[in-house]
Amino acid sequence: MLTILFDGISTGMLLFVLACGLAVTLGLMNFVNLAHGAFAMVGGYVTVIAMQRFGVPFLATLPLAFLIAAAIGLVLERTLYVHLYGRSHLDQVMFSIGLVFMAMAGMDWFMGSSPQNVILPEALKGRFDFAGIGIGRYRLFLVVICGILAVALQLTLSKTRFGSRLRAAVDDQRVARGLGIRVQTIFAATFAVGSGLAGLGGALGAEILGLDPSFPVKYMVFFLIVVTVGGTSSIVGPFLAALMLGIADVGSKYYVPELGSFVIYAVMIAVLIVRPNGLFARPGR
Amino acid sequence: MTDITSSLPPVARAGRFLAGEARWSWLEIGFWVVAFGLAFFFRSNHLLFAEIAILALFAVSLDIILGYAGIVSLGHAAFFGLGAYTVGIMARSGWGDPLTGLAAAGVTAGILGFFTSFLVLRGSDLTRLMITLGVASLLHETANKLDWLTGGADGLQGMMVGPVLGRFSFDLYGTTAYVYALSVLFVVVLGLRILVHSPFGHALRAIRDNPLRARAIGIPVNRRLIAAYTLAAVIAGIAGALLAQTSGFASLDVLEFHRSADVMLVLVIGGSGRLYGGILGAIVFRFAQDAISTITPQYWQFWIGMGLVILVLAGRDRLETVGRKIVGRALPWIANKEAAR
Repeated sequence: MLTILFDGISTGMLLFVLACGLAVTLGLMNFVNLAHGAFAMVGGYVTVIAMQRFGVPFLATLPLAFLIAAAIGLVLERTLYVHLYGRSHLDQVMFSIGLVFMAMAGMDWFMGSSPQNVILPEALKGRFDFAGIGIGRYRLFLVVICGILAVALQLTLSKTRFGSRLRAAVDDQRVARGLGIRVQTIFAATFAVGSGLAGLGGALGAEILGLDPSFPVKYMVFFLIVVTVGGTSSIVGPFLAALMLGIADVGSKYYVPELGSFVIYAVMIAVLIVRPNGLFARPGR
Repeated sequence: MTDITSSLPPVARAGRFLAGEARWSWLEIGFWVVAFGLAFFFRSNHLLFAEIAILALFAVSLDIILGYAGIVSLGHAAFFGLGAYTVGIMARSGWGDPLTGLAAAGVTAGILGFFTSFLVLRGSDLTRLMITLGVASLLHETANKLDWLTGGADGLQGMMVGPVLGRFSFDLYGTTAYVYALSVLFVVVLGLRILVHSPFGHALRAIRDNPLRARAIGIPVNRRLIAAYTLAAVIAGIAGALLAQTSGFASLDVLEFHRSADVMLVLVIGGSGRLYGGILGAIVFRFAQDAISTITPQYWQFWIGMGLVILVLAGRDRLETVGRKIVGRALPWIANKEAAR
């Protein structure tokens, strides 16, 4: 029972790292970016390629996954995304679906369509018992890493100068620009970090979620659920939503496997009916 | 032209303008003559043509909610798939008559559309995206899990589809399939032509352009949207049913996400907010897909995606003006005719 809870929490933490970039672009910048999962996939494949072709140890590939995904995110933001900030949601949806199709077919061509495995180092394999709860070492590792990231993100957003600039730029672009905040640069940096985190999440999650070229579409719904259910006003909402989603997913697959993902979709629709702006939305926005 | 109309009172002028919009043009008549004429030529391509007609019908149904009512939906495949499974299950259990099957598929999809429309009314664009996507995913998962009814991941096998009107059975070349699908498309477009030029259609466009103002001038926004969404669901269900009947098969593929994405792409290629946009888009999309997949069978998705990105970056409106100019040059006679009105 508690083991399942722990597994759920770690999956939820992982989902948060995967989706938090989207929480910023979609939630704060109001850009419907369905291609977010593509960056996660890139991160996952960076790890796979680095480990299989160049023999880089698993832990060393993680920063690599972050950096490469962030670099790709930065380039795409500067060249393509930047033209679409003010456009209609339909345009943004079409554009990002186009990117997803390209990423999926491109990855298929590059790496083949078979699922990839990540071989974990010995130290992260296996389970141990702690007060009667079976804890997977890798799961614990995930919880620690993702927990640190979540705290760091929250502090960056709420306490640093960069965070307040970002919030100002999101709330009112024109006024922020008038105050001398370089909105373009901040958006580009935010987008890059968000993509990088997705890449890191993809690398970390390759073991648990699996990795093949259909990854962006398979988990797109999950990322979107985290953001929409969590609400778009802070980073805490998506975090709690990700935890709930992780626990619900693992729990329902364990207790009622015949229902599959049914529970999650039903819960999401129910939540959105009751609170169309998400569970943790600030009132009045 | 302007001097005659400007002497009329404004209401009559508006009425004349709207009647002009609703008039049949030669291009339209020519299109249908050619489309039905194709039933006698290119026999080996009739299966492809049938597919195009079905895709066009699906795109036209999305156009009602996206192009006319302005609701962005990522889960339109839910209705398409429900229609396909409805006729599939009916045909497997012995009810193989195509036309009543279509009606049943329309009704079930319409019921789903009616009930989900209340969910779609709420919230912002993003919430709508999520709800439509969620409903489609829910249906996909249901069809996957209820394998005693739907065959699960293997698809629904053993459909026995009877002859159309009790006379024309489906042949190997797909001629019956093509004429059947095209006729259904024709009837639906005829009906929708009347509808979009009626006060109902104008109300939908008013809602799309400015919901607040539409409400202020007394349009019952929610009731109109519910009606539009339900109607779109009915037509999408019929399109799905057509696919299942003409191919004799229904699988989870009819509910996949890429189907919702493809149909949106089709509509955007052809131009949303006009009845023939979906049809034009379906023709272009299907031929492009066919051409690309003969060159690179596995990776055609890449080029489709690239086309989509370019389309959006270049600006849909700009492409439309260019397209109009090309059509105007290519068919000066028709253009002159239109201008003379």
